[in-house]
Amino acid sequence: MAKLKVYIDGQEIIVDENTTILEAAREINVDIPTFCYHPDQKVKGNCRICIVEVEGYNSFVAACCTPVRAGMVIRTNTKKIRESRKLILKMILANHHGECLSCRRNGNCELQSLSQELRVQENDLDQFVEDLSIDRSNPSIVRDSNKCIKCGRCVEVCHDVQGVGAIYNINRSSDMKIAPAYNKDLCEVQCVYCGQCINVCPVGAIYEKDDTEAVWDAIEDSKKHVVVQMAPAVRVALGEEFGMEAGRIVTGKIVSFLRKIGFDGVFDTNFTADLTIIEEGNELLQRIQQGKNLPMLTSCSPGWIRFVESFYPEVIGHLSTCKSPQQMFGALTKTYYAEKVGIDPKDIIVVSIMPCTAKKTEAQRPEMTDSGYQDVDIVITTRELARMIKQSGIKVDQLEEEHFNNPFGISSGAGAVFGATGGVMEAALRTVYEVVSGEELEKIDFENLRGIDGFKEATVEIGEVVVKVAVVNGLKNAKMILDLIKEGKADYHFIEVMCCPGGCIGGGGQPIPSTNEVKEKRINAIYQVDLTSALRKSHLNPVVKTLYEEFLEKPLGEKSHELLHTHYHDESEE
Amino acid sequence: MDERKKIIEIIEKIGATPDKLIEILLAVQSLSHEHYVSEEQLKLIAQKLNIPLSKAYGVASFYSMLSTKKKGRYVIQICNSGPCYVSKANGIVKALENRLGIHIGEITNDQMFSMEYTSCFGACHLAPAIKINEEVYGNLNPQKVNQIIDKLIKEVV
Amino acid sequence: MVNFISKYAGKINPLSLKEYKDRGGFQGFEKALFQMSPSEVIDEIKDSNLKGRGGASFPTGLKWQFVAAEGASEKYVICNADEGEPGTFKDQVLLEGSPMQIIEGMMIAAYAVGATKGFIYIRGEYSKEQVIFKNAIEVLRNEGYLGKHILGQDFEFDLEVRSGAGAYVCGEETALIESIEGNPGRSRFKPPYPPQFGLWGKPTLVNNVETLANIPLIISGGAEEYKKYGTASSSGTKLISVSGNVVNRGVFEVEFGTTLREIIYDICGGIKKNKQLKFVQLGGSSGACIPESLLDLKLDFNVLKKHGIGLGSGAILVVDEETCILDFIKMTTKFFNHESCGKCTTCREGNRHICKIIDRIIHGNGAERDLRLMIEIATIMKESSLCGLGQAAPTAILTTLKYFNGEYMEHINGFCRSGVCHPKGEVKING
Repeated sequence: MAKLKVYIDGQEIIVDENTTILEAAREINVDIPTFCYHPDQKVKGNCRICIVEVEGYNSFVAACCTPVRAGMVIRTNTKKIRESRKLILKMILANHHGECLSCRRNGNCELQSLSQELRVQENDLDQFVEDLSIDRSNPSIVRDSNKCIKCGRCVEVCHDVQGVGAIYNINRSSDMKIAPAYNKDLCEVQCVYCGQCINVCPVGAIYEKDDTEAVWDAIEDSKKHVVVQMAPAVRVALGEEFGMEAGRIVTGKIVSFLRKIGFDGVFDTNFTADLTIIEEGNELLQRIQQGKNLPMLTSCSPGWIRFVESFYPEVIGHLSTCKSPQQMFGALTKTYYAEKVGIDPKDIIVVSIMPCTAKKTEAQRPEMTDSGYQDVDIVITTRELARMIKQSGIKVDQLEEEHFNNPFGISSGAGAVFGATGGVMEAALRTVYEVVSGEELEKIDFENLRGIDGFKEATVEIGEVVVKVAVVNGLKNAKMILDLIKEGKADYHFIEVMCCPGGCIGGGGQPIPSTNEVKEKRINAIYQVDLTSALRKSHLNPVVKTLYEEFLEKPLGEKSHELLHTHYHDESEE
Repeated sequence: MDERKKIIEIIEKIGATPDKLIEILLAVQSLSHEHYVSEEQLKLIAQKLNIPLSKAYGVASFYSMLSTKKKGRYVIQICNSGPCYVSKANGIVKALENRLGIHIGEITNDQMFSMEYTSCFGACHLAPAIKINEEVYGNLNPQKVNQIIDKLIKEVV
Repeated sequence: MVNFISKYAGKINPLSLKEYKDRGGFQGFEKALFQMSPSEVIDEIKDSNLKGRGGASFPTGLKWQFVAAEGASEKYVICNADEGEPGTFKDQVLLEGSPMQIIEGMMIAAYAVGATKGFIYIRGEYSKEQVIFKNAIEVLRNEGYLGKHILGQDFEFDLEVRSGAGAYVCGEETALIESIEGNPGRSRFKPPYPPQFGLWGKPTLVNNVETLANIPLIISGGAEEYKKYGTASSSGTKLISVSGNVVNRGVFEVEFGTTLREIIYDICGGIKKNKQLKFVQLGGSSGACIPESLLDLKLDFNVLKKHGIGLGSGAILVVDEETCILDFIKMTTKFFNHESCGKCTTCREGNRHICKIIDRIIHGNGAERDLRLMIEIATIMKESSLCGLGQAAPTAILTTLKYFNGEYMEHINGFCRSGVCHPKGEVKING
């Protein structure tokens, strides 16, 4: 690739052709402010905050979308630029409900930080903040259009990454809004509640529904026995909320915190991830034997389930009937566990900590009541957990590391990798191989199924059968697979789908920013958890074995069917 | 059901690809006496073109010739661009408002007339000009406006 | 006045190939196809010094060369017939009266740049013209002028009519392309320009109707002959649309070099009712408001450029003393506030801020601070907006602030010389 010489603020720099001014500037640590720019997205060029001067040009150019030219003389920090950026910022602020103190993104808002950097002290422009109603129509996501700055990042993620298209730019000019068709609420359209829009929003226009008060209330209720489960992806991300490097594993500290604030049992969703593998692995074997409903599709990711129900109802039969680990946990806690500890399940409250906004809606599905009660009562995200920690005043980084409670505290590394794309498949293969062949799997790391790529595949010889598997993450990629299935061209036995890019570690409830760079670090940490586990295969989990002996009897047995499996609905528009 | 068939026919004739969306919307809208595309119609079109409903709505709400809300049987569009403005289009607006008892952006109780501003439609040599449905009326004054409305009312009765 | 590119319109049956050919139609195309190589065609257009007639006045030959230089196998030629600039109705005359001339221009362009597929994007308001074009295309297809092996040669070209649906911004070429793709017409950032990355990402030539109408005549008569019209910097003729408070309104073809005064007083018979002329807005709502003192300016790209004025689409809106500058600007800004696509911050937000400020001044609640703010906002729109719409939207504001600053100050002090606004009391509804 040809190299070009340009000058930025007097400094000479050689860059590849096709480099944008923004990229060139960042190479020499010149920070040009941005709003609509996101490192994992297409360049949009619409916010105009990144304007710079180029010698010989009459107007400013936007640094994000202007490629450098040989000999270009660029200035990024003149009085005129500062004043102009300030004016653009004031225009954005004049149409932004600027109640920072009560805003969910206070302290982590791109608009707020830039306002501070550019020293916008008072806004002398007319204010155009409308009083639009806030969409709190669903259990997962809240949309506050009064704060939207129309950067378009959420639209891109919803359409181009997830292929859902629940929201779009409606109307034009100053009436333009980002909204569902007919300005409806999210619950009235085919939103899957993945929350990817939240993760890319630079401000507080979209955020998770906060359920932390319900958790505090439950803990304070002395009549209730309150237990909590934590998903694998939470422990590798929470630290980011407290200034730690992405990928720090803080499992023990979270356990310690949860116990300290009064949970009666602190359990690990990784345990029911192991259980899922036993059920799902057996389901797969059964389908392969019967040659029915193949390829089988994983079912742990509720955004993905909603996607199939909404857009591909004809493929529902391919979904594994296994509940997600979160829901298996709830169902077992209010039956097996209740019996074991001798507490009436009506007095048990199950709280989940998830990387995911869709889990909040999943917990409220009417069929998730097989224990006789709502199996999981309250779901909070990683971000909400961080909020609770901050509220409590407890210094989480100073806490001693503690272990999960028994019985649902023992888990394998296979359960842990559920948090990353490829993990469910890897865990399943480790078990299915050994169960079928009766031999020990020598190489248990399925490296070609790991990593952030949207599509991965592998073949594994298991006994007589050459099992062909695929792994996808991000719903747009899933769509591709679904189309193949519809056309009868997907010759796979088993396909893992995770709704969010990168898997659960990139879920809609994770700390922001959640860029690919951050996600990769979280993924590495997940495999670190696996690597340092004493057990690395689900079927070797002794508690799972006990559970079957004492309660479930056998995989896919009657009890399993009653508590651990579910069914799906056609939710399409037709 | 009949209407559904008709729309599917239109889509098949124009072509069921995403780039034909605007043309299909215009054609479907032209079927409606109320000059709009209904929610059911939009859903059907989105589904047939395999595009998200939000996007179909985004397009329908972007272009001012497309409407997702009911309009009058006669849509009166008054040009408020420069040439008509300097030719006293405001007098025409007043005459229409007085005559019909509605303001710009409203629809008469009998759903017969709705009034809206429009950008220049190229009848500048006839300014002040208005458009009623497809028809252009130029060189207007308040008397002429009243005559036009009289004529339209008679047509329907 | 001349009758050069307008020589067919109104004089022939627009759907008669015979009548068109009898008067010289398709001579240009046949010459190009049988006697010239594509690069010779491009050279001829470059030699003619033809500049785009849509508003941006970019050299046409150069644009063609950019598209021709692209290696892609799929390329497109688009005719921009989204004539939406208020006060502009000259393309309408050609679209209605001489569709084959425009199609011939597109065919020559396609031959020169190596495209086989064309689109003509006609604004939704011109439904009659859309029908004419569809019919003209049908006639030409039947006669072997469109389709495969045109005139028995190894040249293929076909054409589709696409309709706009009421969006001024779609006159901007990238917004137009988005619209053809079935999207809201929101402009793309440039570069990349359409010649590199256009319709469906393919190299695309977008030319205005009037530009294309020139092409057959340049090729058939030769660039040298063509350059006899006009001035050194601006060759050829220009269709002008005259509207407003003049005696004769309409579309006229004039040579470059004609002055605004000649147009208004000689061609158009002067101001109606012998009123005093206040200003002329040149190039539509996005154009400059020029005071009486500059009427001797010639229509010439270079001359106008020296005064910081663009010819735009060639619309000439003549405004007499009865119009209030501020009320006019309010109307203009409302137009842009209605037509902005909403994509970039400065255009989306800027127009409504200016509307609000103007309103304040008109109502007698303005202060000098408001003028300052208005200039700041207008300037940032001009300098930072993503596309031509936002960049040109404040032109009328900035030029009236330059030439009619006194009227702004008068309003701030509670006086409207035109008697339109009552700054200290009620405001007459206007526009």
